[in-house]
Amino acid sequence: MSASQRINAQPRGRPTARRLLRRAFLYLGMGLALLVVLAPFAWLLISSVAEPVDLLRRPLRWIPEHIAFDRFAALTFGSSADSTALGFRAALLNSTIIATTVTVVSLVVGTLAAYAFARLRFPGRSWLILAFMATYMLPPIALILPLYQIMSALHLRDTPLALIIIYASFVTPFVIWIMRGYIASISSELDDAARIDGCSRLAVLWRVIVPVALPGLVSTGLLAFLMAWDEFLYALIMTQTNASKTLPVALNDFIGRFGLDFGLLASGGVIAALPPVIIAFVFQRYIVAGLASGGVKG
Amino acid sequence: MAVLARARSARSQRPWPETWVAAAFVAPAALVILLIVVVPLGRALWMSLFDIQLTRPGVEPFVGLGNYIDQLTSGEFWGSTGRALWFTGVSTALELALGLGLALLMDQPLRMRWLLRSIVILPWALPTIVNALMWRWIDNAEYGALNAVLTQTGVLHRYQPWLSDSDLAMWMVIGADVWKITPLVAILLLAGLQTIDREVVEVARVDGAGPLALFRHIILPLLTPVILIVLVLRTMEAFKVFDIIWIMTHGGPANSTQTIAIYAYQTAYQGFDFGRGAALGYLIALVIMVLAAVYLRLLGRTGRT
Repeated sequence: MSASQRINAQPRGRPTARRLLRRAFLYLGMGLALLVVLAPFAWLLISSVAEPVDLLRRPLRWIPEHIAFDRFAALTFGSSADSTALGFRAALLNSTIIATTVTVVSLVVGTLAAYAFARLRFPGRSWLILAFMATYMLPPIALILPLYQIMSALHLRDTPLALIIIYASFVTPFVIWIMRGYIASISSELDDAARIDGCSRLAVLWRVIVPVALPGLVSTGLLAFLMAWDEFLYALIMTQTNASKTLPVALNDFIGRFGLDFGLLASGGVIAALPPVIIAFVFQRYIVAGLASGGVKG
Repeated sequence: MAVLARARSARSQRPWPETWVAAAFVAPAALVILLIVVVPLGRALWMSLFDIQLTRPGVEPFVGLGNYIDQLTSGEFWGSTGRALWFTGVSTALELALGLGLALLMDQPLRMRWLLRSIVILPWALPTIVNALMWRWIDNAEYGALNAVLTQTGVLHRYQPWLSDSDLAMWMVIGADVWKITPLVAILLLAGLQTIDREVVEVARVDGAGPLALFRHIILPLLTPVILIVLVLRTMEAFKVFDIIWIMTHGGPANSTQTIAIYAYQTAYQGFDFGRGAALGYLIALVIMVLAAVYLRLLGRTGRT
């Protein structure tokens, strides 16, 4: 029995009317919470497979007459003569490449630094970690104009590389922050034993720390991926064509072009939402642990 | 033993290596931050001192603090700051209140608790843009599900133009944000609840504290540090809100959802005024950094760093 369960465990004994009422009230609350959470999802899913006629009916039909997956098919496997499908698939690919690269790069670069912050003593350590934290919290709107000019001057605008570099700049401090705490919680006797065996610091990190800190790396990596997958403002400004547009930008374009085709918007939205939703559902334990272990972006 | 081993390994090496090793380990991250954050930050400061209009290339007179003074004396600046504060205050308050309720609910020994705990993370995982799109569609004036539900259940008699009514739009945006963020707040608060020492709670209960007294005098005070951290964190995020508003309303109708970040974006990229845009970015960053300092101080005090 967990601590939290104990807190709420009632003294054993007869179920009084009051306790029954309390339980009914709690189950009612839970049912309500589930309804509020799930109903919008249900409507998004229904909209993504309903025929346009059903969606534009008044009064609205909740269960569509016909269910069609053709929009999903068109967006994912459809003819590449269809510029919408082509753009969407390019965005899907860009988002995947960018989020994956950012995750890998930030994990490597961030864990190296996190190890130094957790284990090594060096001048300026405490203010440096604060500086990293500050950059993580800096609002993008303050950096976006100079970054736009710099990326333009370097001919990097509208390339996935520009977004990878920019995203790494806020995902890396996040990795440092979480992993530093994680590594600090690992007993340093492990390090010392390996050091005595003649391991270099890098070897200690790779052979001792990384295997032990694997759960922390997984949750940090998943959150890093979600952050990069979700980002919109930088992408909106830095991307122009299919060469670098990410899913949030592609969906933003959809609104402009297919304002009334909600079915298509919903299908695109569902596809964009699948990776993070699946990750959150499957790796729940890791995600929650990561969220709880340090400040995270909403 | 460990202390001995550490002392021995430290002695067997030259006096410098730890600093050098640390420098090498931190260098890649520091380089990224230097190039992508520090340099642009300096440049933004520089830009904010000039009158830079993209419509007038080549002529960029120095105006000193002119851009800042312009903003600090303009109604649009204070209007959008006010709206950002309103969005921040209302959405954060709702998220905290509802999130606390949800966390307490998830903490109860109920049979279906696992279901709620595993479902509740989904709104948080939904990408912000998809969330905004979804609510834009639900709140649609002619075909939206919200209108359909409310008229079919008899709550409303006519369809409402939720997002194109300047009195309602901000509430709809707040609603969409609350739906997505409350689960995150609940998860963080639940983690806090689970660290509360059960002995303390048991003692209070034996002393005859009812559930309400237990909550007010034991659970709430013990949860306060976590609540404060969540509060500051959410305030920081909410004040710079952009995505969800941009997708749902573009800051409209009649600027009623134009928060400070939306205003800064419009100034720079629709007004092509990079000088003022940079100044606005700095002003926003200033507010966020003050909040960040509060946040880090709170973290330090609760020993979570």
